[in-house]
Amino acid sequence: MTAPLRELTYAQAIQEALATAMDADERVFLMGEDIGVYGGAFQVTGDLVHRFGEDRVMDTPISELGAAGVAVGAALAGSRPILEFQFSDFATLAMEQIVNQAAKMRFMLGGKVSVPLVMRFPSGSGTGAAAQHSQSLEAWLAHVPGLKVVQPSTPHDAKGLLLAAIDDPDPVMVFEHKLLYKMKGEVPEDAYRIPIGKAVVRCEGRHVTIVATSIMVHRALEAADVLAGEGIEVEVIDLRTLRPLDTATIIESVKKTTRLACVYEGVKTLGIGAEISALIAESEAFDYLDAPILRLGGVDSPIPYNPVLEKAAVPQTPGIIEKVRNLVKGRI
Amino acid sequence: MPVEVILPKVDMDMATGKIAKWHVKEGDAVKKGGLLFEIETDKAAMEIDAPSDGIIRNITAAEGAIVPVGHAVALIYQEGEAALAPVASQPLPPVKPIAPAPRPDAEQMAALPAASAFGRFPATPLARRLAREGGIALENIAGSGPRGRIAAMDVQAALAGPAVPQHVEPGNFDVIPVDGMRRTIAQRLTLSKQTIPHFYLTVNCDLTRLSEIRERLNAHAPRDAQKLPAWKLSINDFIIKAMASALNQVPDANVTWADEGIHRHRSCDVGVAVAVEGGLFTPVVRAAETKTLSQISKEMKDLAARARARKLLPAEYQGGTTAISNLGMYGIEQFTAIINPPHATILAVGAGMERFVPVNGLPVLRSQMTCTLSCDHRAVDGALGAQLLAAFRTFIEEPALMLA
Repeated sequence: MTAPLRELTYAQAIQEALATAMDADERVFLMGEDIGVYGGAFQVTGDLVHRFGEDRVMDTPISELGAAGVAVGAALAGSRPILEFQFSDFATLAMEQIVNQAAKMRFMLGGKVSVPLVMRFPSGSGTGAAAQHSQSLEAWLAHVPGLKVVQPSTPHDAKGLLLAAIDDPDPVMVFEHKLLYKMKGEVPEDAYRIPIGKAVVRCEGRHVTIVATSIMVHRALEAADVLAGEGIEVEVIDLRTLRPLDTATIIESVKKTTRLACVYEGVKTLGIGAEISALIAESEAFDYLDAPILRLGGVDSPIPYNPVLEKAAVPQTPGIIEKVRNLVKGRI
Repeated sequence: MPVEVILPKVDMDMATGKIAKWHVKEGDAVKKGGLLFEIETDKAAMEIDAPSDGIIRNITAAEGAIVPVGHAVALIYQEGEAALAPVASQPLPPVKPIAPAPRPDAEQMAALPAASAFGRFPATPLARRLAREGGIALENIAGSGPRGRIAAMDVQAALAGPAVPQHVEPGNFDVIPVDGMRRTIAQRLTLSKQTIPHFYLTVNCDLTRLSEIRERLNAHAPRDAQKLPAWKLSINDFIIKAMASALNQVPDANVTWADEGIHRHRSCDVGVAVAVEGGLFTPVVRAAETKTLSQISKEMKDLAARARARKLLPAEYQGGTTAISNLGMYGIEQFTAIINPPHATILAVGAGMERFVPVNGLPVLRSQMTCTLSCDHRAVDGALGAQLLAAFRTFIEEPALMLA
């Protein structure tokens, strides 16, 4: 028996996951700047304050470090806090609590405690929000053992991954993409979970693997469509979780296609694509590579305010098509 | 990092170059733009300059070595920069014998065997594994990728075996090294015969009037102070002029086949095959329909002399829509020729011979020449080829028409 499918936006799917979790577990509560009556910077929490009251949908002062500290303490004390940041860029203000406290407690106290908190980060460029409100910092946090980092690309995954994050006994960082909030997609009504640490193959192909994250999954799929018309079969893997990385899915795919392109919005240098490239170079898939590994990531620059330059600063579909075509052209 | 000195691609069809002469030696200081070495490309000789200032070392290709395009032949170091391990003792591997199946694509044609000058064969990990598993050495595989990188498909092509059986036992033969020109001839003519649908048309042309006119023209040639005649026309000069005149009269046959469509050329450019030691060139007489016989004769003498000296410029043997191959001087009565891409036709000309032909029911001795036109059926159909050849015969048999 599956529930009938409806369409929700990515933002609505997140809100539904929050409400579902709060209904099911009274330890779950929300914190964040302007998430109450205002409904959140991107209207994700909406009217939840009216349904669950100000004790469970708490507006915080403008202090990310303070709010993160409260969340860590509440999680240690048995609550299930979910902290919304207005922009993922402001994670920088809360790094002490995220990196030195939340990520370390379980290990430093010999497993006697855990920190079951969730932090939600609206991230990415494309909204004209300039350099301090447009970054993709997920690789920063994915570098920290003790954290889990997920990046849903669809409304369906936004709900399922958030519910899995809320269940998880450890701190989970959820990087949402600002341009995806209005994207619609089928979202089942039941309280399903998308397992953390599992990538998904969005489109199967024989000639080249694209490992993409977040909004880049959609650009990769557009590129795959165009390239399919040229006889190039692209396999698109939606990573979904950066930490822990689903290495098996990537390795198996590259062994099949013999070529790999990584497409991600974060800065290319020292980014997730470097990690995936190295993973393949170190794995059994190395002997299956028939082309150099290709990384398409953000340029080495703060995100510009100028809308033309803003677009040029991160991978776009035409560039993905061209680069992936060159990787394969004449060799299949 | 030292700067690599690369054997450059200086001609469109160039796949390899022979190092003709080094002008510097190991350890010499070189200046950017200064002459480093001369190469003999597939068709011409070229001088190669230094890409940067510094000290030249690690020269890996000796004089006489044949090097694939894009291949590093030396390194230029900055002052005080430590040199890489000397590799002088490591000879440049011979050009690899097994090339992937030819493809009808100039770019692919150029992707000849490549090996690193420094003893390493660029190959993808998959290609390396397949080669290891297939028991084939990378140096026996031609890479088709960027900078000669060997990819899986190249290994598979090599494992599938070369097109021509290789002699495995030491036999009673000598191996003649193949230079760039010979390799180009092999590639282009294989490509032509494999991809161009040839058909052939043959006619006999009566030479009676042509011989008469030729004798008279030569006899009346003005003489200079040294009593040397201003021209000495050959039968071949008439053939060139007749072919150009025929193309001018049948413009639909003055074409070349291209992907975008058939190119119909506005001038009648006729190539003429010139045998040279070790091969042949086909210099082109441009707009031959507008030139007099004596102009064609003079131009042809110059082109042939420079072809034999290998001093032709690429522009002098590129283009054209047809070519003339004349083996009459060897007594060959009739033969068929392979079209020289991108031409659409080629005329194989036999020897002028005395033959009995029926005239009013009686055998009459006539001087005749048998000509066979090879046509690219993609661009020239049978009837069109026949019109061209008929027009050619008319100009040969009534040479005065070339004056009209």
